[in-house]
Amino acid sequence: MEQALAGYRLSQLDILEAEAIFIMREVAAEFERPVLLFSGGKDSIVMLRLAEKAFWPAPVPFPVLHVDTGHNFDEVIEFRDRRVAGSGVRLEVASVQDQIDRGLVTEPTGRWASRNRLQTSALLEAIETHGFDAAFGGARRDEEKSRAKERVLSFRDEFGQWDPKGQRPELWNVYNTRITRGEHIRAFPLSNWTELDVWGYIAREELELPSIYFAHERRVFERDGILLADNPFVTRGPDEEVFTASVRYRTVGDMSCTGAVRSTATTLDDIMAEIAATRVTERGQTRADDRSSEAAMEDRKREGYF
Amino acid sequence: MSSDILRLATAGSVDDGKSTLIGRLLYDSKSILSDQMEAVERTSRDRGEEQTNLALLTDGLRAEREQGITIDVAYRYFATPRRTFIMADTPGHVQYTRNMVTGASTSDLAIILVDARNGLTEQSRRHAFLATLLQVPHLVLAVNKMDLVDYSQERFEEIKAEFEEFAAKLDVLDLTFVPISALHGDNVVDRSLNMPWYDGPSLLHHLEHVHIASDRNLIDARFPVQFVVRPHRADDPELHDYRGYAGQVSGGVLKPGDEVMHLPSGLTTRIAAIDTADGPLDEAFPPMSVTLRLEDDIDISRGDMLCRPNNQPVVSQDVEAMVCWMAEARNLVPRMKLAIKHTTRSARAMVRDLHYRIDVNSLHRDEEATQLGLNDIGRVGLRVTQPLFADEYRRNRLTGGFILVDEGTNTTVGAGMIVRAS
Ligand SMILES: Nc1nc2c(ncn2[C@@H]2O[C@H](COP(=O)(O)OP(=O)(O)O)[C@@H](O)[C@H]2O)c(=O)[nH]1
Repeated sequence: MEQALAGYRLSQLDILEAEAIFIMREVAAEFERPVLLFSGGKDSIVMLRLAEKAFWPAPVPFPVLHVDTGHNFDEVIEFRDRRVAGSGVRLEVASVQDQIDRGLVTEPTGRWASRNRLQTSALLEAIETHGFDAAFGGARRDEEKSRAKERVLSFRDEFGQWDPKGQRPELWNVYNTRITRGEHIRAFPLSNWTELDVWGYIAREELELPSIYFAHERRVFERDGILLADNPFVTRGPDEEVFTASVRYRTVGDMSCTGAVRSTATTLDDIMAEIAATRVTERGQTRADDRSSEAAMEDRKREGYF
Repeated sequence: MSSDILRLATAGSVDDGKSTLIGRLLYDSKSILSDQMEAVERTSRDRGEEQTNLALLTDGLRAEREQGITIDVAYRYFATPRRTFIMADTPGHVQYTRNMVTGASTSDLAIILVDARNGLTEQSRRHAFLATLLQVPHLVLAVNKMDLVDYSQERFEEIKAEFEEFAAKLDVLDLTFVPISALHGDNVVDRSLNMPWYDGPSLLHHLEHVHIASDRNLIDARFPVQFVVRPHRADDPELHDYRGYAGQVSGGVLKPGDEVMHLPSGLTTRIAAIDTADGPLDEAFPPMSVTLRLEDDIDISRGDMLCRPNNQPVVSQDVEAMVCWMAEARNLVPRMKLAIKHTTRSARAMVRDLHYRIDVNSLHRDEEATQLGLNDIGRVGLRVTQPLFADEYRRNRLTGGFILVDEGTNTTVGAGMIVRAS
């Protein structure tokens, strides 16, 4: 018996993929208007691939939504449009710039000004106007402390708020999908993936990535130990000198606060080797906005951030 | 060989050393990155602690940090070359039974921590009871703080004997005892030099090697239909009539050509193909997510079940179950109506009877009980508006477990484990 059973083995990535596909199907079956948040970053690229697999040979039964800060890397937007066109899904864009222009939010100022926080408002407005009742996000529990407690299906009230103390218990693979009008859930199919799993999956599935994930020469400057691209959206101080370095990005996001890491990794294998050896978390290394306070992420999440 | 995943839950009373143990596992398996470590060192210093407090690594939310306790299930990830571990860190307070139940529901293994000085407490007994109620296949009793009892074999054997006696009353599938010191690392990753009398594996070694492949039910074919895949492509003749049934295999092994029975209709057909986006498969088993095509056109929708004609779940509107009640605002009482979700099937249920409430510390059955409050566990009879395709929870956790949802607030208020369907 033991011998026979030994055959029914799945690799770690197979197990994670099966779980993510199960979650996507469950949400697609039980919600009327799901949407997949798609930034063009590696996690959302994995998500889109999983969505394609989950419903194959039928098309992905929901649109994708990009919450656009306006502070984008050109390479990422170019990639986003190409990837979405290839998939045949509909792309919706929620624009932070547009919200600023309409006076719904104000542009933050100062040295650490970033539009990251403003994404929340643009996202919530899009959810409301489109009537989305479920939004797939690519967040992983290994990313940071407050995420570690978030459910796979995370309930949001009509203001989009997350109540960490009032979370629904989540048992087995039986997900509670009940909400009332105006409320929504965030669904996190990659909850149990780690950063290395994401890279391993990208390699296994041969997924294309925006070029900024690979080492390239870029004009950068250093701020509090983080390398930021010299770009029109940040104001450099007089002491912040620009230099050219070989860098890559571990996450893509708002140019004003997404840092690069020094790297010569030009292939997925190089990157995975680097990550396996790196001693700093993805967020700690490259997200200036998370470092302002230890509880920064939790505060933003309560407000409805993804 | 690629690695696999072990899901585990940890339980212990406050101060038994659970956070320290988890911190140590994360630290020694090199899953702690330098910025996380710096934050912990900083906080330890700010609090005036002389040693870096590894327990801080696992402190999650701000409210909890402020109160200095863990109050919700948190998930941690660490990996060794042999395995990836997903750890549900569940708090041990009396009032948080529901968190332990939640964490244990998906776990392959549960670690119950006791303080060697105190031995078994009511809480350790409760944790063991919950782990077995949820049918966690592997149980480890980690006797911690061995350094504070001079690494005494006698003390360890005493606790072990006491636990074995208690465990005999439970449905324990596999039980292992490890004496450790989470603070100093004895028997956590490496075998301890301080306890030469102990000849078992270190805790991590056990986690890496415990055999879990056969914990799945590979006997009873169960395929709850999750989503009907219909491409509706008029332009593509091949896809025009495509109709596939997507779902996750919840039991057994499915192969093309197998005869299957559809529930609730009772009609039989054969599996024509097992489709995935990566191509057709020769077989599918838990926990694979696949899409089945069948030879005959049968009207099948989400919530239906495919099984084998000679091995079916019980089709019934009446189920008997152990229910863990998780609601603060309302108690479970007879005649109460609730929403129920079992596999991919949703319906409404009425509490027909409450047979007894179980005292999770003494295992005593209180048959006089008239209600279940928050964190109470009891045996309940339910009448469901539609038949469920039910297996005993002991036989299959995926087709034997269900949740109860309050129809007014939409919150999950109960976890049920089917004892019998009739
Ligand atoms: N001497 C000793 N102290 C320990 C050991 N494990 C934990 N402690 C201490 O016990 C206290 C409670 O530990 P903690 O991990 O916070 O317990 P938790 O409440 O179960 O998470 C802390 O002061 C720890 O340093 C151990 O193996 N030996």
